[in-house]
Amino acid sequence: MSRITNKHRGIREIVHNRSLYLLAVPAVLFSVVFSYLPMAGVAIAFQDFNPLAGLFGSEWVGLDNFRFFFRGSDWLIITFHTVFFNLMFILTGTALALALAVMLTELGRNAVVRTVQSVMILPNFISWPIIGLFSVTFFTADTGAINQFLHAAGLAPIDFYTEPGVWPPILVLVNLWKTAGFGAIVYMAAIVGIDRELYEAARIDGATRFQCIFRITLPLLKSTIVMLFLLSLGNIFGGNLEMIYSLVGDNSFLFGSTDTIDTYVFRALRTSGSLGMTQAIALYQSVVGFLLVVTANKIAAKLDRESALF
Amino acid sequence: MQNSRNDKWLAVLFYAFTIVFAALCLYPFLLVIASSFTEEATLLRNGYRLLPEAVSLNAYKAIFSTNTIPDAYLVTIFITVAGTALSLLVTSLAAYSLSGNRLRYAPQLALFFYFTMLFSGGMVSSYILTTRYLHLQDTILVYILPAVLSPWNLFLMRNFFNDIPKELFESVKLDGAGELRILRSIVLPLSLPALATIGLFYALAYWSSWAPAMLYIENPKLYSLQYIIMQIIRNIDMAQNIAVSGTPSTVQAVPAYTVRLATAMVTVGPIIFLYPFLQRYFVGGLKVGAIKG
Repeated sequence: MSRITNKHRGIREIVHNRSLYLLAVPAVLFSVVFSYLPMAGVAIAFQDFNPLAGLFGSEWVGLDNFRFFFRGSDWLIITFHTVFFNLMFILTGTALALALAVMLTELGRNAVVRTVQSVMILPNFISWPIIGLFSVTFFTADTGAINQFLHAAGLAPIDFYTEPGVWPPILVLVNLWKTAGFGAIVYMAAIVGIDRELYEAARIDGATRFQCIFRITLPLLKSTIVMLFLLSLGNIFGGNLEMIYSLVGDNSFLFGSTDTIDTYVFRALRTSGSLGMTQAIALYQSVVGFLLVVTANKIAAKLDRESALF
Repeated sequence: MQNSRNDKWLAVLFYAFTIVFAALCLYPFLLVIASSFTEEATLLRNGYRLLPEAVSLNAYKAIFSTNTIPDAYLVTIFITVAGTALSLLVTSLAAYSLSGNRLRYAPQLALFFYFTMLFSGGMVSSYILTTRYLHLQDTILVYILPAVLSPWNLFLMRNFFNDIPKELFESVKLDGAGELRILRSIVLPLSLPALATIGLFYALAYWSSWAPAMLYIENPKLYSLQYIIMQIIRNIDMAQNIAVSGTPSTVQAVPAYTVRLATAMVTVGPIIFLYPFLQRYFVGGLKVGAIKG
């Protein structure tokens, strides 16, 4: 008896709330077609994919594609670069965004603060290709702004486009330039939500501004910080294609310090290597990225229930 | 007393730090603007400078002497306007149905959307789907359809809707209004900050789109602005081609380097003029909060 009602409760719930469920249908359709259908394509990773024969006509080769990819040392290098860059981006980006957010809210609202705010989020509105073009004016060997500066200071010029060693710090700095200002706005939105009375009470008890920041603001931002960190962790195995391709492009001099899984897959795709192997690398990227988020989320949930994503 | 003096020094330090950062944010823009108005020969001799020795409008004249940039402008504006409108529609409908914990299966539905942020089929299978099964290659839709829904934006909007007091629309519902009606006449008008912020996120994504052009577009008339920028970075001749083809009078000395920078400035365009108007909504519109499913 109770089992029957349970079974029907689900259907009845949907029928009862059909107009609300219907509103989600377009979004579901877009997800299914453009996100879930391609997931079926991971099968290509186990095939000797032939575009003419298609997904159902190509020959199955088991794990051969993976064997080929993991045999060389490329996979280690690009995996290291990917994780290294993303960790650096997240750590430096969070630190600078937090610092800016705390400083600007401490200064209150005035003309200077408003101007600083508007200016610092400007780079967020510039696409990576344009930033790529901007960067040329800085890094070109003889006419670039940086080498002019080095020249004026009596230092030796740097040949940026043949010197792989300088690019990791450049990428980190450019990323800060583009993202930190906007990140600060996100944290400011969270700081605005903190109860003002906490600060007033602390001030009456004789707390310095510094103590207010470290005893009230930062602890209360913890769950927002952890949550944003978890979200970005989902991308720790990818997500740099636009940036690195815009700045470095197909300059093979610089692959040694800048090639990531994303750029590797993108290049393989365009130079028409084996599609099966390209898909195998992409699958490796997706699966490890997924496991990372799930693990990190478990840890976050253990430490602090509020911070976990799901 | 001691306290307030410390506070004053701290304020000075904070001002200094934030102002320096803001100046660094601005500097590349000023350098590129100044350089794009510099005469090519001066630029090549003196390098990129904040204060040009010889000013010239040649680069901008060259850009608009052919159709490449104007065509790409039309394509990009269409993608941005149509795409953003469709995205906001699809996103706000779904966000409304997920909001307020009214549906028993809302958590499962949220997980369904959230999962696409965690796991993807990758570029290869998207490519095969788009070209072999959906036949979107060489159509303008290939810029828009795959990008319509961003789960991240969906959750931002859902969080915003969650904060609207439920009593407000429960009473209208008793009067016989349907869900669509409530969404249109109560929820959306109250959500302007969220619509502005999320609309801007979507607009920005469409405006910046170049990868679809590189992977799927053959017809040069359908190139987006950013893809042209990408070609220009990769290939200095491209800057010359943009300006050369057509009018023979301009052929003599086409400024390749300044054309690159002028193209960048022209491409930054509308977004820069749009954001000061939307900025005041940002702090209110960004409800990152708990995005749990």
